[in-house]
Amino acid sequence: MAKIRVYTTPACPFCKMAKNFLKDAGVEFEDIDVSKDPDAAEEMVRKSGKMLIPQIEIGDTIIVGFDEEAIKRELGIDV
Amino acid sequence: MYDCIIIGAGPAGLTAAVYAARKRISTLVISGNLGGQAALSSSIENYIGFQFITGAELVQKFEEHARTLGVEVKIQERVFGIKETGDGFDVLTDRGTYAARAIIVASGKIPKRLGVPGEDEYLERGVTYCATCDGPLFAGKKVAVIGGGNSALDAAIQMTKIAAWVYLINVNPVLRGDAVMREKVEEASNVTIMNSTQTLEIVGDVFVKGLRLKDRRTDEEKTLDLEGVFVEIGSIPSSDFLKGLVELNELREVVIDRRNQTSKEGIFAAGDNCSRRGCKGTSWGG
Repeated sequence: MAKIRVYTTPACPFCKMAKNFLKDAGVEFEDIDVSKDPDAAEEMVRKSGKMLIPQIEIGDTIIVGFDEEAIKRELGIDV
Repeated sequence: MYDCIIIGAGPAGLTAAVYAARKRISTLVISGNLGGQAALSSSIENYIGFQFITGAELVQKFEEHARTLGVEVKIQERVFGIKETGDGFDVLTDRGTYAARAIIVASGKIPKRLGVPGEDEYLERGVTYCATCDGPLFAGKKVAVIGGGNSALDAAIQMTKIAAWVYLINVNPVLRGDAVMREKVEEASNVTIMNSTQTLEIVGDVFVKGLRLKDRRTDEEKTLDLEGVFVEIGSIPSSDFLKGLVELNELREVVIDRRNQTSKEGIFAAGDNCSRRGCKGTSWGG
């Protein structure tokens, strides 16, 4: 399965929802807190061109915001 | 068929769900997100019983409470219409249709947009409506918070801890938010409060680079160089999907009677989306 990275900030409710969704789906992911890692924040913005949290990177695709349907489509799962 | 479908999973919707569940009314909650505006608040300090709690934590507790009582909650599902049937209503969403005998609309409010050039263009490229989510992306940068009420003050307070400098752009002559929050902003060493200041345009290249402003007292225009714009100018009722079905007032609020019933029998409304008269509000102080 493609590598999954979730770019988050600590207080963001949509980040929690996204992480809970992936956990419930049994999908492993790397949680990157961009408030502690400015380089990762920069990399995320460079890749997606968007300054919005959360972003979910699945392989070569970045999903901007928590969009459950888009994540499901990208992972080919139905939960 | 459910006894009751509640549209919205903010404080009003989930409170309604808990009350319904305790009366053994079969209930489904459908909502685009969990917690509505309350979830976006970085700190809630006026919810009695909690001296401090984040919005995200509080709404999580609300949801747990409702689920524990057996309420079915569907999040990330958007309602786009309600249709009358012979024995109740069909709620139409982006994923399906659900039938119920009665509806409670607790769809709350959505952020009001500035309506200036550059706002759409630079959305997600420096313009944001969620300081709690996106704030850390602007660490060490100059930013503007636009607004003068509690949500603007909340965003400004958050950003003073993260950004290099915060301009608080307030169109009115004085800040309207609670005194305790105004004091926190005024005490910060990296804030410029600009009252009577109107935002004319958000400018930039790929990302936001500045803000064009007008002083309403002198009509003088100026441009500030900055990289983030947090729009916090209030909110409007989320009631578009009710048009033509129930009466809305000139503010797009749902008109309700003393029993919280709308102009259509069987459809009720609660919370921030309905008219203040007779409405149990759930307003949050940021």
